[in-house]
Amino acid sequence: MSRFPLVSHVSPDSIIAWRTEGAVTLRQFLTEVSQLAARFPARGHLLNMCSDRYRFSVGLAAAIVTGKVSLLPSTHTPETVRQIKVFAPDVFCLTDSDLCTVDLPLLRYPVMSGSQAEAFAIPQIDASQRIAVVFTSGSTGTPQPHPKTWGALVSSVQAEAARLGLLHNIPHTLIGTVPPQHMYGFESTVLMAWHSGNALSHAQPFYPADICQALAAVPTPRVLVSSPVHLRALLDAELALPELALVVSATAPLSAQLAQDVEARCHAPLMEIYGSTETGLIATRRPAQSEEWRLLPGIKLIADGDSVCACGGHIETMIAMGDMLEPVSDEHFLLHGRLADLVNIAGKRHSLTSLNHLLNSIPGVVDGAFYMPDESGNGHITRLAAFVVAPGLQAPRLLAALREHIDPVFLPRPLLFVEELPRNRTGKLPRAALQALFQAHAAQKSA
Amino acid sequence: MQDNHKPPVSSTAELQHEVAELMIECLNLEVAADQISADAPLYGEGLGLDSIDVLEVALMVSKRYGLQLRADSADNQHIFSSLRSLADYIATQRTR
Repeated sequence: MSRFPLVSHVSPDSIIAWRTEGAVTLRQFLTEVSQLAARFPARGHLLNMCSDRYRFSVGLAAAIVTGKVSLLPSTHTPETVRQIKVFAPDVFCLTDSDLCTVDLPLLRYPVMSGSQAEAFAIPQIDASQRIAVVFTSGSTGTPQPHPKTWGALVSSVQAEAARLGLLHNIPHTLIGTVPPQHMYGFESTVLMAWHSGNALSHAQPFYPADICQALAAVPTPRVLVSSPVHLRALLDAELALPELALVVSATAPLSAQLAQDVEARCHAPLMEIYGSTETGLIATRRPAQSEEWRLLPGIKLIADGDSVCACGGHIETMIAMGDMLEPVSDEHFLLHGRLADLVNIAGKRHSLTSLNHLLNSIPGVVDGAFYMPDESGNGHITRLAAFVVAPGLQAPRLLAALREHIDPVFLPRPLLFVEELPRNRTGKLPRAALQALFQAHAAQKSA
Repeated sequence: MQDNHKPPVSSTAELQHEVAELMIECLNLEVAADQISADAPLYGEGLGLDSIDVLEVALMVSKRYGLQLRADSADNQHIFSSLRSLADYIATQRTR
């Protein structure tokens, strides 16, 4: 059976992470992994909510070496946590926050002893071991599980590191503004660091000044792994940027203009990566130079009616993509936005059908529909709107009911109460009719 | 970089109103400035802001008042707890 090491670093003294206190060597990391693993309860599934990326990585590694499965839901609302418990009744939560109120058995991230007496050995993990289950929102309201094997994940991030030019002898440090709990951050800030001989920064910077500080805290060469929202904020803030070797962006396509601005300000190439929770990373491009995406080696796109499926490479079964892709050669494709049912807000995806179902299941709602206005493409986030027929129901009550079930980024803004929805004779709601309603509201507001 | 140890200054009703107007414009909110009560929470159940909004407001605040917000400063949670606390922070740290 084929096996991959936990990390590709070899020397006990190689640097695997940077924390506030300084560098963490591979030997120290493995010691902390064993210490944490020894405290794990006899439960099979882990919800790893550590916000410190280094602690997240220790929790992930401890779960892998003890054969536990890490669960990565797209959000942590009370309803999602209830659904996670149905999926895996033996789940426990690892947290590094004193404020964590998740309704699960909690393990606080411990203070590590710092003793390094143990013999040095890099764990070898079976390629077929299921190490994680990543969830998408699903079209029925129940999160859809996507199991990930160690072999598929390692192959994926090795291909990513090779494509991004990060498999050389000079160790880089990866600084992420995206959380390690989502597929993009999971692959591109944690697993890729483990399997490219590079180091990860513990930080989870948020404001532009935080990003600059997190960059300055680690040695060069540095790789910033981010998203259009954070990159635009970073440019707008006009701060002095520490030296960068590479900028990586994902979650939503960058316009060529914003990409060129980022490259000019950062004095570094900007690479975008494209993938999905189901497939992981499948393609990259440099948007300042080309709008065409280039598939990773071995990955193929197959047109199937209106949709396009991806297979090959690290993808274990053929998967229909949620976006409109147009293959232009065996290796290249164009991305034309999402399929009609999917919304993507700041990298979080949800099915419109499922959002509408949820809205209409709230007591007091007679009829209701979400509407996604056209996106601006300039890095500003476009929000969902919703039209609701709900006499007697107040907006705060309705929003509180939605907040129980969905991530706040999907809450409607504006939420508009109407007498009736512009349904046609077959009861359908054409997008054009909702668009007209939305524009009428916008015109009224600016009048 | 601003000094986080400046003596706290209380914001005036005028500054609170100005910040509310800026937030409404920046986030395209569906309320009037005088409907945002000074002590209601900005997050979650109150005005309903999320982390993307906070990033937008932080940018607007840094440009308008010449200060940089930091997530690691101990009072970051407090700053966005209400319009009053945000305006108080601006009154204390503003350089323009």
